[in-house]
Amino acid sequence: MNELTADDLQLWRGEQHVLRGIALAVAGGECLQVTGANGAGKTTLLRALCGLVPLEHGRICWRGREIVQDMAAYHSELNYLGHDNGLKADLTAAENLRYAAALRCRVQARDIAAALERSGVAEAAGQLARRLSAGQRRRVALARLALTGGSLWLLDEPGSNLDATGQHLLLQLIVEHLRAGGAAVVATHRGLDLPVTQLRSLSLQ
Amino acid sequence: MTLPRVGFVSAASALVARDLSLALRRSGDSLQPLGFFLVVCTLFPLALDPQLSLLRDIAPAALWVGALLSSLLALDLLFREDAQDGTLEQLALCGLPLQGLLLAKTAVHWLLTGLPLVLIGPLAASALGAPAAAMPGILAALLLGTLALSLIGAVGAGLTMSLKRNGSLLALLVLPLAVPVLIFGARATVLAIAGESLAAPLYLLAAIAVLAATLAPWALAAAVRIGLE
Repeated sequence: MNELTADDLQLWRGEQHVLRGIALAVAGGECLQVTGANGAGKTTLLRALCGLVPLEHGRICWRGREIVQDMAAYHSELNYLGHDNGLKADLTAAENLRYAAALRCRVQARDIAAALERSGVAEAAGQLARRLSAGQRRRVALARLALTGGSLWLLDEPGSNLDATGQHLLLQLIVEHLRAGGAAVVATHRGLDLPVTQLRSLSLQ
Repeated sequence: MTLPRVGFVSAASALVARDLSLALRRSGDSLQPLGFFLVVCTLFPLALDPQLSLLRDIAPAALWVGALLSSLLALDLLFREDAQDGTLEQLALCGLPLQGLLLAKTAVHWLLTGLPLVLIGPLAASALGAPAAAMPGILAALLLGTLALSLIGAVGAGLTMSLKRNGSLLALLVLPLAVPVLIFGARATVLAIAGESLAAPLYLLAAIAVLAATLAPWALAAAVRIGLE
């Protein structure tokens, strides 16, 4: 069962108590939407769930096992999309996807072309990432997400810089991921427009 | 969607290919340290009395201080951009051993900044009056020395990658650790120019390079993880 659970997460950043006893659970086919004002700790929570930020207290379990016990196995199932798109400015969109995917799975050139097409940036395939607009770069990052898969998606403000069709594409990708049995945690300052049965919410103060 | 997973070797070779093609696209950046090294080495003969014996005496010092400083110059490029654009994060989260991936990145860095320095070293040495017979020894010492410098420097670059301005801090961190390389490298060069056996300093340089290659990946992975927090 794809299930991510966390109990009593506590984290301090200097003098600031950022995560105060957060508990959450999200199973395969479900999406947890993390909302909260700017600075409420959404990004910190997601990075803690990735295992990038060590916790002061609390535990995070994936499939009932603490993630610290086997970080490599956990990471191989995880797909994280942070604030930064993870694109090299001096590589083209297609090259970026090829090298990013090469860290995770074997993909063919046609898979890359299809992923870019799907994200609506097919015409950007041969352009350097530095020449793309912020929204196009986000779309390329979404193409990477769809291409590399993984059973747990941790998305940090995935809709930033996206236009209306981009937002729609994002929702479609999430819905498909959930239908395939995947789990997702999405930090967003505005709500996700997902079918209610699949959506859980966590609000950070 | 479940695509076949990749092994470490193919992931690392893709990373190497990526860094090489990035470097090719901005060959100016990777050539700068080399140019710096050549300029430093040619400044010495200009500033000194043009006597061959005097130049030969200072050649080892000029060569190695030049190598050390130019390797430092190149380090800032190593992780900083990757940390800023989020690709380093993806590297840390791909589920493959981070030590190995960072070692692959460091190897590319050496290939782009260390190896050219090794190849141009004999030229710089001959400009400083070193006899042709000394070249194999100088080449070997530079080969081992630049390897060690790249590995030691990478740890410093990893520690300082998330700081806004890291130039002088990086130098303060790395230069003291690089002192043994400087001492034995210069010693090997002195012996090579004098035409004596330089086995002892070469063995010590090799030992430093092996030690750095053994320990640096772990220190590097720890430093990068701290930087990503």
